[in-house]
Amino acid sequence: MSSTGARGPLVYRQRLLTRVTHWAWAVSLFFLLLSGLQIFMAYPELSLGRQSGFAYDNSVLEIGARQGPDGALVGVTDLFGWEIATTGLLGASGGEARAFPSWATIPSYRDLATGRVVHFFFAWALFFTLLLWVVASLLNGHLRELIPTGRDLRALPGDVLDHARLRFHHARRYNVLQKLSYAGVLFVLFPLIFLTGLSMSPSLNATAPWLLDVFGGRQTARTIHFLVMVLLVLFFVVHVLMIVLAGPLNELRSIVTGWYRIDPEGDAPDDPREAQP
Amino acid sequence: MIARRAVLLAAPALLLSGCKVFDRLPRDGALRNTFEAANGLSYRAQRLLGGGRSMAPEYARADVTQPMRPNGTVDPPDADYQALRAGGFADWRLTVSGLVERPLSLSLAELRAMPARTQITRLDCVEGWSVIAEWTGVQLRRVLDLARPTAEARFVVFRCMDTREVGLAGAVKYWESHDLVDATHPQTILAWGLNGEDLPVANGAPLRLRVERALGYKMAKYLGGIELVATLDGPGSYWAERGYDWYAGI
Repeated sequence: MSSTGARGPLVYRQRLLTRVTHWAWAVSLFFLLLSGLQIFMAYPELSLGRQSGFAYDNSVLEIGARQGPDGALVGVTDLFGWEIATTGLLGASGGEARAFPSWATIPSYRDLATGRVVHFFFAWALFFTLLLWVVASLLNGHLRELIPTGRDLRALPGDVLDHARLRFHHARRYNVLQKLSYAGVLFVLFPLIFLTGLSMSPSLNATAPWLLDVFGGRQTARTIHFLVMVLLVLFFVVHVLMIVLAGPLNELRSIVTGWYRIDPEGDAPDDPREAQP
Repeated sequence: MIARRAVLLAAPALLLSGCKVFDRLPRDGALRNTFEAANGLSYRAQRLLGGGRSMAPEYARADVTQPMRPNGTVDPPDADYQALRAGGFADWRLTVSGLVERPLSLSLAELRAMPARTQITRLDCVEGWSVIAEWTGVQLRRVLDLARPTAEARFVVFRCMDTREVGLAGAVKYWESHDLVDATHPQTILAWGLNGEDLPVANGAPLRLRVERALGYKMAKYLGGIELVATLDGPGSYWAERGYDWYAGI
């Protein structure tokens, strides 16, 4: 969205490892999401505490179906006791009582066993990808590029305003909103979704019982696991939206080939690297 | 590069076509087997982290806030089981056989006369729910000590009395198996009591297994026999034959 119309130089912005790990966890998260929704269908309810209330109600979310007056299935989502009709999406879809529609689950039909096999395979894939990324990014300095500096934080209000006006700057380095959102995903959401996932393992509960106390019980951990999934989906939506708005070809080229066209004026005149041709 | 671009172009196409493209994971297929290899990795990682003797969390009496939710078979259709039940399980016996020096046939009274362990633990169903309950029974390792497994014994197979389905090859009864690490774990008990009362039929009377570091389906109900073996036939349990992870620690 450069106003001058002039083309800035191509810079090598994304290292090979950054690009490969990006696509590896993009694929992993896709399968984790759809197999996770399959797993959730086996018990489409979230509650708080150590156990699930069957003799009492400690649920915060319940996705179900009931027979409507005309005999058709009605999907009902109960969020904190607030009932919403969600036929076609949640509770009932395709004439079937199921928490999520068939296009949102792997496999498309009900199959908890296969959903679990797919989920844990890609959980390991994501784990090894992140491990590789953390080690390599510590060594090559990429990790530091995600930590906002004091100057970044001072630029935050202006950056928020620029994003709100859809005025995007194409710089050699990430802007502060990028840093905050990427660091939030990598250093907060990813660890959270891993640890809450592990908290659901009876075997690891024996190894590290403190993990259950940290999250407030197995069912609360399951609820947080789900909530972090929702936040990751939200991140994905905004991420793709930003790519589309900021120039999809340039953005995609940088995460596929590494080369990124920056604005002619450059983003940070006092960055010594900017002085280079 | 071309491959990566192909992925970029293919991803939206996959999304648009729904996820039926991922339905082709038949049991024993090459892709399924690759994915299932991760289960072996999980098993080894959990054993490495937990060792043999890490203890599952035990809770307080106040945490037993509701009846134990039964799942799976709740009333075995089998005539022989119903006959035993009508007789108050007086004629029921638990057999211990296979690779043991001393095969056993134990009555419920004999099992109840053995030193008992009571533990308040959480059952996690593979479906996702959890319920805390108080279980009382004899540690499996005490029964194994009586039977004296031979050096070749590696797994303990649990034969159940409940028929799950009737196929061409006859009745398919529930069965389960564990390695010796879990079988001899201090919290692994043959439970005859639940929440201070006799184990109800819906929860596996007269005797069921409790293995506290595994999901609910590993805890076989309506036990009839225990068999020590050197290797497992096939996947190793009723649910493992139906695509579920054999170890089930997560």
